[in-house]
Amino acid sequence: MSTPLSSRRDFLRISSGLGLSILLPALDLRAATERGPARPKSLITLWMAGGPSQLETWDPHPGTKIGGPTKAIKTNVEGLSIADHFPRMAERMDSVCVIRSLVSKEGDHERATYMLKTGFRPAPALIHPSLSAIVAQKYDEDGCKDLAIPRIISFSPNQWPARGGFLGDQYDAFKIFDPKENLHNLAARVQGTRQSQRVENLSVVEKSFARKRAQAKATLHEETVKSALTMMTSDQLKAFKIDEEPKAVRDAYGDSQFGQGCLAARRLVEVGVRAVEVTLDGFDTHADNFTGHALRGEKVDPAFAALIHDLKERDLWDSTVVLCIGEFGRSPAINPFSGRDHWPSGFSAVVGGAGFKQGLVLGKTDPEGVAKMPEDPIEVQDLYATVLKNLGVDFARERMTPIGRPMQFSAGTPIDRLLA
Amino acid sequence: MTRLRKSPSTFTLLLPILAVAGFAAVVFAAARSPVGVSGREVGAEISNLKPTVLVVDRTLAKEWKDVGATPASAATDLQVFRRLSLALFGMIPSLEEIRSFEADTRPDRLDHWTRRMLADPRFNDYFAERLARMVVGTEGGQFIIYRRDRFVEWLSNQLKDGVPWDHTVRSMLTQQGLSTDRPAVNFVAAAINEGDIDENKLAGRTARAFLGQRMDCAQCHDHPFAVWKQEQFEGLASFFGQTKQTITGVEDMPVQNGVQQEYKVQDRKTLKDRVVEPRVPFHPEWMPQEGSRREKLAAWITHPENRRFERAIANRVWGFVFGKPYLEPVDDLEDPKDGETDMLDVLGTEFREKGYDLRRLVQTIVSSKAFRTSSEPPAGADEKATHLSECHWAVFPLIRLRPEQVIGSMLQSSSVQTVDYNSNLLFRLIRITRRSDFVKEYGDFGDDELQLHGGTIPQRLLMMNGQLAAEVFEAGFFNPTSRLSVMNSSDEKCVENAYLVCLTRRPTAEESTHFSGRLKDLKGGERRKAVEDMMWSLVNSTEFSWNH
Repeated sequence: MSTPLSSRRDFLRISSGLGLSILLPALDLRAATERGPARPKSLITLWMAGGPSQLETWDPHPGTKIGGPTKAIKTNVEGLSIADHFPRMAERMDSVCVIRSLVSKEGDHERATYMLKTGFRPAPALIHPSLSAIVAQKYDEDGCKDLAIPRIISFSPNQWPARGGFLGDQYDAFKIFDPKENLHNLAARVQGTRQSQRVENLSVVEKSFARKRAQAKATLHEETVKSALTMMTSDQLKAFKIDEEPKAVRDAYGDSQFGQGCLAARRLVEVGVRAVEVTLDGFDTHADNFTGHALRGEKVDPAFAALIHDLKERDLWDSTVVLCIGEFGRSPAINPFSGRDHWPSGFSAVVGGAGFKQGLVLGKTDPEGVAKMPEDPIEVQDLYATVLKNLGVDFARERMTPIGRPMQFSAGTPIDRLLA
Repeated sequence: MTRLRKSPSTFTLLLPILAVAGFAAVVFAAARSPVGVSGREVGAEISNLKPTVLVVDRTLAKEWKDVGATPASAATDLQVFRRLSLALFGMIPSLEEIRSFEADTRPDRLDHWTRRMLADPRFNDYFAERLARMVVGTEGGQFIIYRRDRFVEWLSNQLKDGVPWDHTVRSMLTQQGLSTDRPAVNFVAAAINEGDIDENKLAGRTARAFLGQRMDCAQCHDHPFAVWKQEQFEGLASFFGQTKQTITGVEDMPVQNGVQQEYKVQDRKTLKDRVVEPRVPFHPEWMPQEGSRREKLAAWITHPENRRFERAIANRVWGFVFGKPYLEPVDDLEDPKDGETDMLDVLGTEFREKGYDLRRLVQTIVSSKAFRTSSEPPAGADEKATHLSECHWAVFPLIRLRPEQVIGSMLQSSSVQTVDYNSNLLFRLIRITRRSDFVKEYGDFGDDELQLHGGTIPQRLLMMNGQLAAEVFEAGFFNPTSRLSVMNSSDEKCVENAYLVCLTRRPTAEESTHFSGRLKDLKGGERRKAVEDMMWSLVNSTEFSWNH
């Protein structure tokens, strides 16, 4: 067991101190209504859980030994073809960048999810914050106060939603399992004086527990109760009400949990939420890979395309990074169950929005599936350094962690070619 | 990685059970002796366990001295009693149990009550579920072929019968037959996908659950820190290569339809199949010459010289009772170093030498100073010193309760009497609610049950405003709210009972004054509302949701 040099509580104290020193509350309200590049940046992550196949998404190789039955379609970017499960995205590819040569060393779901959510390989003694947590931490560091709803929201998460890691549990994502109906328990059971007496009573109980246990503060229990109480009465909750959108808009995103999650993500970003993660599970297609991907394509394609359309139309595109990625890709070889296995070398991602070039393709995988490494390999950490840079995060600055070891938010180098 | 289907609301599911429970409570209360469940005790004799606990305490003392941690004073018996109930039953003690415990004046009553709780069917059921999560996870798998419920029931019986752990593990690894008829076979059956045995999944689970080491990553590449190589993982998987799913269940078939069965993997470079022979990653001499592939593997895993085997379970059980393992991550321990021994070796050696007795292992850990120390840091300790002490078990760490513990505790606090019953009602309930909105919304930890997370806003919303909490605390016919408000004569007594029911302690003078003031002069419905409000505040406190 490691001996921490400084406790998490020290760290929290220091970081909240930093936040206070540059507190500029007057700017906050304007911030949410600001449009264009001046608006504070948000991140939307479309998380393809289980490891999506590059060959059935953004990097098809039809007609080859490894291609399987998947067909390719042309897109509105000259020379770029994608899998035919994405007809609507084919008309939006001129807005985003495709990376076809991501490489990682993690082939186990949990470890790879860690790597692809944080940009770091799992390490003993220290848990790195996810990209989403880093963006939310920037919100606090900038002294923002405008949000009464959580800064990080994760729709339909699997068992590994975005986590705060060494930034603390208060940067864990707020999980909503079903964007259509799962936001409840927001109304107090009793009203008026009774509710306020309950809250008063609670502070009496809390006080006697914490009196002899200074460490109780680190559980963040009281803070979480306070946030929950604030949220219960906030106007911003309206952002969750996707049924207020015209039917045509809701239909455009598709009638799936994932689609409605993407619509909610757009509404949340609009009110100033800094990070939204929308998860689609089921990409771990060791068996029946092709059907599995066709079904998932039906959900991702309309949602992703509508999201890009809406963000552009509302002038939020230049202040939002959209990242569509999973923990790894899938093997070029097709196994006896018509499945593909884990493949962490040469997999694909799509990224676009704030600060990114549009209509760009990087990297190339071997159409014969023989060469393990792709051409122009791109490290996850470099992609994430680029994302963080475009989100306005000073990722290279070292921050003190609870184990007393200074760490950067990313050890990568931004990829110039991706920058607008 | 599939998520659970939407199920009817928790309360709809709970309602009939609660009604039955209410009725049963009345019947049992009438029929039962005032001492409570039963005075039966199992596990090691107290005098016999003492030397073992002494060695553990000495190891702790040395650790504290080495790192410069000042231990907290001893926790009160009632605090330890609450922890024991949470650790062994997954719920807080009832008022009835508290009264009966307090009436016991023996100086070693905690030792006796530990033995008594180990004899309670709730222990077997609760630990069986936690062991099941460790070995097969939470997934449902293929129905008929895989019966998780039978598996948990079997584990519960193994615990009840005191079957040695090495024996239980060998059964899981080697059992043949049908999932219903031979429940141990479900370990293998859980890894059947479309009629085929997933050897990789089994190899990964075997290493994680029984050796505390994660070899799965070696499935695709060499392990980043440890010595595991891809070929070693394949060698391990090959032990399951002759195991088949047939009409008569899981069978070992070295020859099937006249063909010698081999474990083959596709070579990533040549894309051709190659045969992989079964091979263990270290100490092949522990493997017997005779037996099926799985029998050989089982003998190797449970070989008395295999330190990883005993260390892994010692660390798990430590994690089960504290909510946090001794070493992390629980399924990716560093290799034990030659010539060095730590707490896990101390516990592991004792465990092996005393016949791989899980109950004794539990008993040892909960009798140690680590489990019985206070969560209040020594006076004058600053944050840094407290954190250090928490890390080294010199101060009892604050650990968030598991969703089942919260739901179990809520149900318990809704009844003055013990929610147990011969039929293990609570655990049928947990099995239902595991799929229910409550646990889902509260956030089931799934297989990662020993990872530490802070509480979340949705959890607080659920506890403050949710349906289940409301139904439990808004006065119903059998919950304590009505009892407390009606039955107790003085305001002070009513407050005290509410504290005992929810927090297993008495209120401080300040708390007593505050809440008595809230109840003063109130009658009937108004009084009941004030009691409800008090209960609400107690269950929404840090103290209720965190073990301490």
